[in-house]
Order: sequence, then C-alpha cells, then structure tokens
Amino acid sequence: MAKTKTRDRMNNEINAGSMADIAFLLLIFFLVTTTIAEDKGILVKLPPWSDEEPDITKLKERNVFSVLVNAQNQLLVRDEPARIGELRERAKEFIMNPTRRPDLAEGPRNAIISLKNDRGTDYETYLAVYNELKGAYDDLWNEESLKRYGEPYSEEMPFAQRKAIRDDIPMVLSEAEPTNFGEEN
Amino acid sequence: MAKFSKKRGKSSPAISTASLPDIIFMLLFFFMMVTVLRDSDLKLQVNTPEATQLTKLDEKSLVNYIYIGRPTQQYQAVYGTSPRIQLGDKISTVDDIPLFLEQHKVKLPEAKRSRITSSLRVDGEVTMGIVQDVKTKLRKSNQLKINYSAGQRTQALD
Repeated sequence: MAKTKTRDRMNNEINAGSMADIAFLLLIFFLVTTTIAEDKGILVKLPPWSDEEPDITKLKERNVFSVLVNAQNQLLVRDEPARIGELRERAKEFIMNPTRRPDLAEGPRNAIISLKNDRGTDYETYLAVYNELKGAYDDLWNEESLKRYGEPYSEEMPFAQRKAIRDDIPMVLSEAEPTNFGEEN
Repeated sequence: MAKFSKKRGKSSPAISTASLPDIIFMLLFFFMMVTVLRDSDLKLQVNTPEATQLTKLDEKSLVNYIYIGRPTQQYQAVYGTSPRIQLGDKISTVDDIPLFLEQHKVKLPEAKRSRITSSLRVDGEVTMGIVQDVKTKLRKSNQLKINYSAGQRTQALD
C-alpha cells in the first residue's frame, strides 16, 4: 500500500518545458547552415567539339549580325562601335527585319548572330553581351507566343507550341574562337 | 469603470506556452527541408555578375560547380593572385576537369546523366581567357550543358 502511495505522489508527466529549448537549439543550427540562395544563371548549350576547322559556308553578309568585344570591353556591332544598352533592340530589329530593309536579315530563319570576344575581355562584359543577345530572342519568342497563343512564352507551354515558335525563330548564336590581344593576369 | 477593473482582476495572467515547442518544431522542419549543407569551402573570391535572362537550376544533384576567380587574401601566399579554377574544394587546373566531371557522373544513375549541368561560377572581374579554356575543356569532355551563374539585375543598362 505504501508503494501505491508513492506512485500517486509522483508526477507521472515528463516536464516538457525544455523541449522548446532543444528545438530552438536545432533551429538555430539549421538557420546558420542554411543557404536558401538558389542557383540561377544563363543556361547555354555548347556546340560539340570537333577537331576540324569549321566549314566556312558562304553566308550572305546581310544575314550575319556580328558582335565583337575587345580587351577594353568595347563593342563593335556590324563594324560600328555600339553600347551594350542598344544591343537588344538592334538584334531584335535585325532578326525580324519588320521594314524589309535590304541590309538586315532575310528572315528570322536565316539570321545568324556571331559573337567574338578577346581573351582579355572581362567576363562581366561578355556575360552582359550574351545576356542581351539571349534576351533579344527571349523577347521575340514572347511576342510571337502572345500573338499566336495569347500567353507569354514559358517552359510550361505544351512542347509542340514551343517547338513551333522555336522553329520559326531559331536561336542561332555562334561563338567564334576568341582573339588573343589583351590577356592579362 | 468598475466593470473594467472587475474583469481584469478575474482573468488569469499567464499565457500557455505548451504549443511553443510545436511552433518551433514547425520552423525547424522548414529549415531542415530547405537546408543544403555547404559542401565546399571557397578559396576564391567569386562575385558573379548580374543578368536578366535567368533560368533556375532545379535538381541540385545534377549540377557540378566550377569556380573561377582570384584566390582570397589568405590563399594568395600559396596560389598567387592570378585567376584560378576551383573544383570541389581544391584549386585545380583545366586538366583536372575531365576527372572531376567523371567523378560526379559515376555517382548518378545512368538515366539522369544526360541532364548533368555544369554551373560556372565566375567572378565578374576575371578575363575571358581562363573561362575560354574551361569552356573548351568542357566541350572536349562532352559536357555541353552549362550555366553561367548570375544574380538578378534590377537596374537598367546604360
């Protein structure tokens, strides 16, 4: 009988007061080690490597939009100096050629953008230029998609619709082997 | 007036903290889910540039990271100040890239191997020479899906 008496006296519940402290400790550990920053970037598909020299097929000059970046991070677009800020609009006009100018691309299927940089070009400048050229295509796809399907171009669209747009406005961005005038280390 | 003081006197002052652990656990689980333990210690100074046409890389296990930048202050005595490449947690040269890619590849099931992406985390100040060498090596190793890691740009270009 005495035994039951002690059991009665005992508090049967475990004190959960320190549970919050333990949880806090773990929480703070994970807070400190967390890097929520997700990885974003410009996705690029490189051409496969081939040892042969690229075959220089005769391209009409009007179909090539050449962009050169030198070691001083200056741009030469179709043999004229240019700024990065105007690149996107010029590329879009070149690809679509809405006013049928004789010096711009025959059509979006024929347009080729050629990018060439120097080994001394800053990566930042290179990426800004690449971003603008990719942006020009993204903008055109968006406009085309809105016109055809009434929704902006996105990865969630049906594959057939995306393919139809990309067939009509294919992204042809060719990168030439860079020149080597201004590499510094 | 009497009415108010009466009420205040009656109510119990302590708020129950019994549900506090539950709330904390909820937060804890959230952070456990989103946490990626930092796997490599960066020996280079890498400030990726900003861009607008970004794509999100979804499956982290399919991505390998190549860092390019100048060594940080504490490593300059060992590695110098010119731009270097870091693979995993050690400073390497371009010739180590094929092995690095292979080591990442064998850990993945065969069906997923075609979707491997190399994320290039390159400092904005670095010149294109070293980046070009890495790109050439990647092409030769048949690793063609790459991602130029960049932050979101908010202001317009000049």
